[in-house]
Amino acid sequence: MSEPVLVVENLTVYYYTLKGIVRAVEEASLKAYKGDMVALVGESGSGKSTLGYSLLNLVPPPGRVVKGRVIVGGVDILSLRGDELRRARGSLVSMIFQDPFTTLDPVRRVGDQILEVLLEHGVPLEEAKERVVEVVKAVGLSERMARAYPHQLSGGQRQRISIAAAIALKPRVLVADEPTTALDVIVQKQIMDLLDEIRKTTGMAIILITHDIALAAERASRIAVMYAGRIVEYGPKSKVIENPLHPYTRALLQSVPDISSSEWPKPIPGMPPDLRKPPSGCRFHPRCPLAMKVCREENPGMVEVEPEHYVSCWLYARR
Amino acid sequence: MTNPLLVVDNVRKYFEVGGLGTKRIVKAVDGVSFTLNRGETLGLVGESGSGKTTLGRLILRLYKPTSGRIIFDGVDITGLPESKLRPMRRKMQLIPQDPYASFNPLQTIGDALIEPLLVHRLATREEAVDRVLRILERVGLVPAEDFYRRRPYQLSGGQLQRAAIARAMLLEPILVVADEPTSSLDVSIRASILELLKEFKEKYKQAMIFITHDLATAKLVSDKIAVMYLGKIVEYGPADKVLSKPLHPYTAALLTAIPRIKPGGRHVSIVLKGEIPDPSRPPSGCRLHPRCPLALPRCSIEEPRLVELEKDHWVACHNPLKQ
Repeated sequence: MSEPVLVVENLTVYYYTLKGIVRAVEEASLKAYKGDMVALVGESGSGKSTLGYSLLNLVPPPGRVVKGRVIVGGVDILSLRGDELRRARGSLVSMIFQDPFTTLDPVRRVGDQILEVLLEHGVPLEEAKERVVEVVKAVGLSERMARAYPHQLSGGQRQRISIAAAIALKPRVLVADEPTTALDVIVQKQIMDLLDEIRKTTGMAIILITHDIALAAERASRIAVMYAGRIVEYGPKSKVIENPLHPYTRALLQSVPDISSSEWPKPIPGMPPDLRKPPSGCRFHPRCPLAMKVCREENPGMVEVEPEHYVSCWLYARR
Repeated sequence: MTNPLLVVDNVRKYFEVGGLGTKRIVKAVDGVSFTLNRGETLGLVGESGSGKTTLGRLILRLYKPTSGRIIFDGVDITGLPESKLRPMRRKMQLIPQDPYASFNPLQTIGDALIEPLLVHRLATREEAVDRVLRILERVGLVPAEDFYRRRPYQLSGGQLQRAAIARAMLLEPILVVADEPTSSLDVSIRASILELLKEFKEKYKQAMIFITHDLATAKLVSDKIAVMYLGKIVEYGPADKVLSKPLHPYTAALLTAIPRIKPGGRHVSIVLKGEIPDPSRPPSGCRLHPRCPLALPRCSIEEPRLVELEKDHWVACHNPLKQ
């Protein structure tokens, strides 16, 4: 296999709040190759969004990357500062969000906002103007839409514009944080089809942050399941979905209703922990039906159970 | 056969929006009819802007219909004044989408829950406290004495939704309108809320209107399903029929778009163009026609009526899917 376009190594991010240190992401490692769609799946508070922000060195204060590396196209994003970092954001790695209304400027035409991104990165004006038309068309909108203000567009069209702005500089990696959660299911499919097309035609790797394991199962090439700040399972989509190894992944798969089945979903007992005081050992042990003594004492390391399929669980790890 | 619990007859709700010079009429619910029997659950399915939440509020008479009739438990409640509505309200309860918005943040859970019992004069204060403690235990908020004294912000989303269910169920309603009761919750706890609703439904033989955009959840809880698009019911029938053999292209498109854990299982594939249009300017004829791949010339001119195409299975379409 070729070189990965994204390498995340032992990434650890804490929020230093007045009420204590929130251990939001702990020792996360993953890779993405050209054209990959890696889904980061987890519930609220699992650390999936914080991990996503870290990929752009964009963790908001009081958060801080404590440890680890994020390498995109050979560049360690976390070591960049100032202008270097600004240039990397957009051209190496870029991001779209759940609600594009909050990221688009309401009083400026959307085309101008894409243009600004290009000019900021030193693209000459004439070329930038052409590029705006090009990307607006590439996301399935007409050229005329570039002259609209955000409020004149529907939710799906706004998300298309934010995708256009994010891919205008042809980054290697696009981080998509719940990009379809605010959209209805039919528009969700349209946006996911667009992201699929982008990764297939440009080779851009997409990191899809989602709480919806069905969406991940349908769209991703790889899945990383996060629980309470840690990646607990990671591997090719088919292996994680068809042969889930971690008890949390199994429970998560059984907890959601699936339209193809008439089985009642099974809730996961208990609640995700407070990350200021995470449980000892494996963070899932208080909710795990298979917890053993060792699970309370020590966190299990990542084990490669079958090729490329990793799990962090004492059912598979050795002390 | 006894009378149906709820008859909704050609109900419309129009809202005026915009200010001077830009005034428009939004036909949020535009001629909806159905009946609901006692103990039955109707899944009301649709995207945002379909009018499903407005319809739920009309049924509870939180809105007054622009026209049409609503008959609940044998009483025409369409134009009933608030004083006469109050005794009916006890029998119909709402479970809201966002429990944080439905509780007074300053009030304890206990105070919020005894209030309806006292307002409806169903219990003395002492009895009310006792009943509230019992129902808190029932919904799994234990120790109940502890949750009784807490305020909304001291509960998680899932716990507060349990409290909202407890508040609705205290009055032993015969109709519950649940408006996206699990959408704001984390996936791992959604199933437990659905289970709780099912338990109450089985115990009290309640009828329920379950409003959701999630077909998979609708399939689990519903006996019948009504699919709404831009203020109208486009398909209506037994849940298994509507979801396994949809007749309307819109229903089929929803089923095509929904992500699935297990691949396969898609019998039909219908892909719609564009997005749901502005409800103040609905398209002519069939409101879906500009987006529909099966549209015929007549679809843009003539509005299809809801007809019983197969036994109990209704559809409003000039070119329904053949099964």
